Amino acid sequence: MRSWLSDSVMAGVTAAILLMAAMPGAAQAPAYRAPRTADGKPNLNGIWQALNTADWDLQGHAAAKGPVPSLGAVFAVPPGLGVVEGDEIPYLPAAVAKKKENQANWTTLDPEVKCYLPGVPRATYLPHPFQIVQSQQNILMAYQYAGAVRVINLGAPTKAPGDSWMGWSNGHWEGDTLVVDVTSLMDSTWFDHAGNYHSDALHVVERYTPRSADTLNYEATIEDPKVFSRPWKISMPLYRRVEKDAKLLEYKCVEFAEELLYGSLRKKSSN
Amino acid sequence: MSRRLLVSTAALAAVILVAPLAQTPAAGQTPSSAAKATTAGKAWTTPRTPDGKPDLQGIWSDNTLTPFERPKRLGAKEFYSDQELAELTKRVREGRQGEEVEGAELGAANPQAIRYDLEVYGFDRTKLRYTSNRTSLIIGPEGVVPPMLPQARERNAAMAAKLKGHEFDGPEQRSLSERCILLNQIRIPMTPAANEGNLLQIVQGPGYVSLLHEIDHSTRVIPTDGRAHVPQSIRLWQGDSVGHWEGNTLVVDTTNFTSLSAYRGSSDKLHLVERFTRAADDTMIYQFTVDDPTTWAKPWTAEIPWTKTKGPVYEWACHEGNTMISTILHGARVEEEAAQKKGK
Repeated sequence: MRSWLSDSVMAGVTAAILLMAAMPGAAQAPAYRAPRTADGKPNLNGIWQALNTADWDLQGHAAAKGPVPSLGAVFAVPPGLGVVEGDEIPYLPAAVAKKKENQANWTTLDPEVKCYLPGVPRATYLPHPFQIVQSQQNILMAYQYAGAVRVINLGAPTKAPGDSWMGWSNGHWEGDTLVVDVTSLMDSTWFDHAGNYHSDALHVVERYTPRSADTLNYEATIEDPKVFSRPWKISMPLYRRVEKDAKLLEYKCVEFAEELLYGSLRKKSSN
Repeated sequence: MSRRLLVSTAALAAVILVAPLAQTPAAGQTPSSAAKATTAGKAWTTPRTPDGKPDLQGIWSDNTLTPFERPKRLGAKEFYSDQELAELTKRVREGRQGEEVEGAELGAANPQAIRYDLEVYGFDRTKLRYTSNRTSLIIGPEGVVPPMLPQARERNAAMAAKLKGHEFDGPEQRSLSERCILLNQIRIPMTPAANEGNLLQIVQGPGYVSLLHEIDHSTRVIPTDGRAHVPQSIRLWQGDSVGHWEGNTLVVDTTNFTSLSAYRGSSDKLHLVERFTRAADDTMIYQFTVDDPTTWAKPWTAEIPWTKTKGPVYEWACHEGNTMISTILHGARVEEEAAQKKGK
């Protein structure tokens, strides 16, 4: 009995160590050379999706009761090991209270609940696929959620005409890695349902690195001196949707959010 | 009165929202008609992408003075002479703000819009132009949308009757455009929009052509690998688009529309074929054929030259800043309450 217990504890500890070891391993681009496009660039074309729970909480979290008790096990919070390097988000002392307040009230405050555009990096790890359409001059990323989209300029970097929900993206290649510099992001988006947030000073540098025929490694370095004491990093694999004829479909979620946003203004049924 | 005031305030807010993003085709470009482009373009060859497909990429504007339907008095006249076109253009450009010109689609410079300072928003009527010699965007001897079949008129009348008296009950009774679900300007097929015209950006990757419409960031990623449509049970606001290449032309076939995203009174049987052909460095010919046997006795076709223009394409977020629905519904509730008090 005793030995069975200690064995299983040991097995658990070993598994945890292996998992922890695997995470930074995923972050380091393995020696894999991506197939090339006709113009000789690494070919990132495809429909991709994250397979994790970062949209619930970037940091490690246990499973928890969902926000709508009547939905029982279906919409409970799924557990996850987290995608933040070191599992710590370095909030400035003055910024912590807002994170907590956001988290406590996320079902009404989270912009995703209202079907608002998700911003970067959240668009990448929503529980929806997105598609990369890669050209010589630019790369279009179309996200299924809310029909969000952005076009990454690969030419000489250009300046944003103004702040926007999806920001302004300038990209370049570093070996097999697509590096995207994202600026001019509005302060109205969040990182997850756990209320992790940022200000309009957010600056995101993304790195997309092919790691096998059907996986990419995604890294985002997040910098926001108004909210965080130092830059911090998230990383995760993205998986190719390999099913035949995979396709982005419409997820025009406005109509799903109308009851929440306008329900109180409906005509009361006449008595 | 209060409702009217609220509604028009909301409409004004919408115009202000979109207006600063107005774009006109790059100045200095001469109008090139489809006919001109093909005859003068002998030495011109369609550019290719690195994988050998016709290159449709760039930022395009479909702004034009050509009206959708042909003015009645022109009968079967499909084309203006160059001289007639020059005279019409002159009348538009020299016209007073708000003055209508028959045979010209003024868009934002129309009389309804004169309460705004059009120059501030870039709607300068001296920049307006025709993009072909056509007298209407709809091609063929009729130049107008065919008469609607009786069954379609009945269907649409029944829908309108159902809504009557309930227009302000809740968000679902408001238009798809107001709700930021399907703006009139982004409906497929794509036709020049009343306000600022459309900016369309095309980005091509191997096996796909993506089409980003600036208005409401509406995007279609169209596969060109010859696959079939998604199952008929899946109905989509923008339909399901699949494409293939025919010579230098991209042909896009769209079905699976919802019954609510009807185009000009069509039903969910709408079948749309769009054809994209580069005609010159600065010109794309966009042609579409609309077929719906439950609405029209025969298919009909329109052709719109697109002009290459400069970006940037702005982010056009709609739902995120939509105060129109709550303002309209709130106004209706206030009015009902006032009426109830008065009645007591």
